[in-house]
Amino acid sequence: MFDASAQSLPNLPGVGYKPQHFSAIMADADPVGWLEIHAENYMGAGGRPLAQLRHLSERFPLSVHGVGLSIGGEGDLDPEHLARLKRLCDWLQPASFSEHLAWSTHDSAFLNDLLPLPYTAATLERVCAHIDQVQDVLGRPMLLENPSSYLAFSQSTFEEPDFLREVSRRTGCGLLLDVNNVFVSATNLGYDPRGYVDAIPLDKVGEIHLGGHDEDEDETGAPLLIDSHGREIVDPVWALLDYTLDLSGPKPLLIEWDTDVPDWPVLAQEAERARAALQKVAA
Amino acid sequence: MTTQTAFRSALLDPGLATPGGVVNPGGAPATKRFDVYRNNVAVSLTEALQAAFPVIRKLVGEAFFQAMAGVYLRQHPPRSPLMMFYGAEMPAFLESFGPAQSLPYLPDMARLELAIRQAYHAADAAPLDPAALAALPEEALPHLRFAFAPAVHLVASDHPVHGIWAANMESGGTPERRPETALVTRPDFDPVVDALTPAQGRVMAGLLAGQPLGTALRAGGSDFDFGPLLTCLLHRTAITALTTEESPS
Amino acid sequence: MTKTTSKLALAATVATAVAGFSTATHAQENEKCYGVSLAGENDCAAGPGTTCAGTSTVDYQGNAWTLVPAGTCETMDVPAMADGTERMGSLEPLDRDLPA
Repeated sequence: MFDASAQSLPNLPGVGYKPQHFSAIMADADPVGWLEIHAENYMGAGGRPLAQLRHLSERFPLSVHGVGLSIGGEGDLDPEHLARLKRLCDWLQPASFSEHLAWSTHDSAFLNDLLPLPYTAATLERVCAHIDQVQDVLGRPMLLENPSSYLAFSQSTFEEPDFLREVSRRTGCGLLLDVNNVFVSATNLGYDPRGYVDAIPLDKVGEIHLGGHDEDEDETGAPLLIDSHGREIVDPVWALLDYTLDLSGPKPLLIEWDTDVPDWPVLAQEAERARAALQKVAA
Repeated sequence: MTTQTAFRSALLDPGLATPGGVVNPGGAPATKRFDVYRNNVAVSLTEALQAAFPVIRKLVGEAFFQAMAGVYLRQHPPRSPLMMFYGAEMPAFLESFGPAQSLPYLPDMARLELAIRQAYHAADAAPLDPAALAALPEEALPHLRFAFAPAVHLVASDHPVHGIWAANMESGGTPERRPETALVTRPDFDPVVDALTPAQGRVMAGLLAGQPLGTALRAGGSDFDFGPLLTCLLHRTAITALTTEESPS
Repeated sequence: MTKTTSKLALAATVATAVAGFSTATHAQENEKCYGVSLAGENDCAAGPGTTCAGTSTVDYQGNAWTLVPAGTCETMDVPAMADGTERMGSLEPLDRDLPA
């Protein structure tokens, strides 16, 4: 059992690192408090990606965020992928490692998306077994992130916050609370996002994600938000962050922007807004 | 059938019904909401292929490429979560993909683009100090074997594979009609593609396979001049080490 | 060519190449800066809602597949077929002035 409170990312704003921002970040005297990388992009043998990462690691606390482990998969975790993750974490000694409550690999096909899970007793057993395995192999606790949901499963017997709470209780893992995902899922599935935050064990939350989403609607005309990470964070998500921080106190905050990636100053401005949100709760 | 088997099948086959139990908030079977996941899979894998094969994309045009990617990703979903290496089956796929048969150089172009991608992510290597080469006694040269950087790749083609690549990536002129071998190296962090003649390509293939220089040069023919190839290899920091042990006779 | 002169020629070749290298200052003028476009990225973003990419049927062996390659291949002066027959799959007339 690992102690989730041992996370060591600073309670400052960070951004999801994009290689095109390398020069701008290195030239910025006071860019952000930390950076997050997607683990899979640094599993090559060498070259520019690892060289950039070496430079960044000398200056910034890093969070390694996996997007391909398929923790919710019905099959076994891919031992080769787990070994690659261990190699990366052993080399980088990041301040945090996180992954998603989702699946992406089945019958050895990787589908490159964070796919949804029914919240049942069987899923709970499987997810906990996989997290135990990850934490054993990496020798460190991990954070588990709540997904963006577009649909529900009639088989589900847990609400998502209760499911996450139980996973954390059984495995000792921490939680990565993506408040944009909360807002997207709550809108798509018709529940109160603040109620969701109220039900999350915020003392287990080691990091908060913020990102932009797109707006669409389903065939019935109901709103359907898409977790695109391709634009500014909307005001209701900032408000949900304020609500969360009021309950939890300061946390490491991450700006995610993965598609239509803007120039560095736009990203830095979003990080400044996150800094202001942190200062409000510190005051 | 497990939930994820049904889910996976329906993700990749739009003709299949939405898996059972997948519902809208009101409890009705989800349709468009499931299509969000179908779209994420198809679009993200298509984007990975676009990033991997920029020259093929230019050659066939955007509409053709996207449609072809839709076929490819369903026949060859990734076997690994590393999107940087997705597309390894593209050369073989193009060999047999009917609508692309009019462009017989496409499979070799796919091999070249895969080689460039592999070179980009290859392990770093310290280049050989050319002084070590100059210091060798001339009688040792035929027995010389080179070790090459992990980024070095060779793509031999019956088509002007370098010329077509350069015309699309480096505003090179119209490719000459001739067979070419493309040599991929990575002097620093950016892969470089050089054109080799077929004879240079055969010699280089032998060197890459670990043949001693004297043996490898025979594949170049009686009037082969090793100078240009050696100059290129030195400039591209492709050679990492030398060994001069004579093989047992 | 005798074995001896072959060795001498090889030695001269190596000497010339090494000498040329030392004066060429690692010429990297031909290097293109690909920057990071070659990296290939995983991320955790969702795609743009729903598009036909996820839901269109793609049976290219049926009649639905009518696309032909129509990109810069039309400006490549390369015989399409190994036997030199006319290039297929080009909807547009050749325009050799197009930048490739």
